[in-house]
Amino acid sequence: MSYNYPDQQGHFEQYGGIYMAETLIPAVEELRQQYLRFRDDPEFKAEFAYELKHYVGRPSPIYHAKRLSESLGGAQIYLKREDLNHTGAHKINNAIGQALLAKRMGKKRVIAETGAGMHGVATATVAARFGMECIVYMGAEDIQRQAPNVFRMKLLGATVVPVESGSKTLKDACNEAIRDWVTNVESTFYIFGTAAGPHPYPMMVRDFQCVIGNEAKEQMPEMIGRQPDAVIACVGGGSNAIGLFHPYIEEKSVQIIGVEAGGHGIASGKHAAPLTGNAKVGVLHGNKVYLMQDENGQIIETHSISAGLDYPGVGPEHCLLKDLGRAQYVAINDDEALAAFDALCRFEGIIPALESSHALAHAMKIAPSMGKDKVLLVNLSGRGDKDMNTVARIKGITL
Amino acid sequence: MSRIDTTFGKLKQQQRKALIPFVTAGDPSQLLTVPLMHELVKVGADVIELGVPFSDPMADGPVIQRASERALKNGMSLRGVLGMVAEFRKQDTTTPVVLMGYGNPIEAMGWETFAQRCAEVGVDGVLTVDFPPEESHEAFEHLQRHNIAPIFLLAPTTNEARIEQVAKLARGYVYYVSLKGVTGAGNLDLSAIEEKIPQLRKHIHLPIGVGFGIRDAATARAVSKLCDGVVVGSRIVQEIENSDEKNVVANVGKLVKELRIAIDQ
Ligand SMILES: Cc1ncc(COP(=O)(O)O)c(C=O)c1O
Repeated sequence: MSYNYPDQQGHFEQYGGIYMAETLIPAVEELRQQYLRFRDDPEFKAEFAYELKHYVGRPSPIYHAKRLSESLGGAQIYLKREDLNHTGAHKINNAIGQALLAKRMGKKRVIAETGAGMHGVATATVAARFGMECIVYMGAEDIQRQAPNVFRMKLLGATVVPVESGSKTLKDACNEAIRDWVTNVESTFYIFGTAAGPHPYPMMVRDFQCVIGNEAKEQMPEMIGRQPDAVIACVGGGSNAIGLFHPYIEEKSVQIIGVEAGGHGIASGKHAAPLTGNAKVGVLHGNKVYLMQDENGQIIETHSISAGLDYPGVGPEHCLLKDLGRAQYVAINDDEALAAFDALCRFEGIIPALESSHALAHAMKIAPSMGKDKVLLVNLSGRGDKDMNTVARIKGITL
Repeated sequence: MSRIDTTFGKLKQQQRKALIPFVTAGDPSQLLTVPLMHELVKVGADVIELGVPFSDPMADGPVIQRASERALKNGMSLRGVLGMVAEFRKQDTTTPVVLMGYGNPIEAMGWETFAQRCAEVGVDGVLTVDFPPEESHEAFEHLQRHNIAPIFLLAPTTNEARIEQVAKLARGYVYYVSLKGVTGAGNLDLSAIEEKIPQLRKHIHLPIGVGFGIRDAATARAVSKLCDGVVVGSRIVQEIENSDEKNVVANVGKLVKELRIAIDQ
């Protein structure tokens, strides 16, 4: 049987769905209808392709990290360079897609949540590009961690609203964006940043991000005459990962590995790895997924060095891929991610985002025990300029 | 007959409207919730909506968010809330109690265990804000089995087809959210409510309560004319927040009594 998810109601088996307050149900239903209408519309597809090519700069290249691979003495590491996209991460692929849809739906005001700030920057960028008002919700703690991105959003004309509730990170920014949407449902399009949330977001964001995997599937044979042995990506909500993974699901020879944020280590409890950490299934932000929670069903605070991975849930399709055994999920700790960050800077002259450094760290972990003819394709989901403050602080340097 | 049906039946006979106050369980302290519930009944509440605190109350404004945070800090859990209802029922066997909150604490407990416990302690209805009818099949089955009423929200954005769908599943009463926004917002539009209620009545044969944005006696009175009951949440929770613990029961009592008088006028 071929893999075909989600179903009509947005379920990936038991995961996904539309767990939202009544006021927003008609809005997500309208979004679903409009998305299904435009998804296969030749004009929409052509405009999306045009923007990706001329505005984002796609296709993003694949780069053979030769010196890094040599230093490890095993498998060859290749990087899908999403960091070279306009605005510096994969987030723009999805933001463009949703903005084009918002334009067709006549919405002049867009809102977004952001953790690392990359999705906020991407949304502020497309809002400027298409002449829309833009409000970005961001946890107060993340505003501290990702100051350069806050400034970028403001330069682009967006209003950045600090969120002081709860853990002051990504999940709280999501709560606040949902509150805005409930209040301004008729005028506003919620550009959601990852492959999670109520249906149709997990499906729609995945579809927009699949450009990553679709390109890779053409590029790899051109470069090495075959597909890689494994594709590896970091998983926050899971959008860069599902974008790379989805086109490879039916390629059974390709191993799929998602890398979660292990924080101080799974055993410490201070992490953001619901799949690896065996979290229970629960409901948050519109979907049923593996969710970090206490025994009373309260969402617990997560920890990760990278704001973009610091989220207690994960998109529903990753939950399904885990259950099906089609993808494997692992965790990388803060210090391992930092070591990978340093290694890529020094060996290849590429400064990766801390999020992407998690995926790279796992590749570096498994490469040495693999043959030199093996190939690992790592999604370098973003560049690390935004992380200068965080990394400097950890190294004890004042900028 | 269920406590909710009995209560609304009586009110109808008396040509009165229901007053449905909301408080968050465990706010301002675990010890004060049951005394607050008794006080609410004493000053004229017909149904009590008891909020189950959740870490991520997405449909709530700042006032109820803070109440949730206080309650969680006080160690409140769904288990604890059920215990409070049991305690309340020792003295009050007639006033309906509806638990209102988000689905995840119930998911974590398991719907069957939860529904069974609700029946044991004397909970009458359950409203899970983030479980629309589409996702409520499992919940509905377990609640029905134990004769607990699933209470559903309807909103200004709800279309006719969905009203029909909710009409099939709802028991007890239906809660109409009177504005587009979170709890505690202040932009209630009476004429919009007046326009919507007849559309709801076409399909909904249960009593209709209206809430969100009712901030004073005058609005409570005006809204009560248009429906079968008024739900007042944030205003009461704000009173709790602004009161010393030793005065909180009296202050809330005074406020709710004013609402009662206004509605009965
Ligand atoms: C560079 C980068 N990679 C990855 C992520 C994680 O998000 P997702 O799992 O949706 O790809 C983020 C989120 O902010 C990011 O900025």
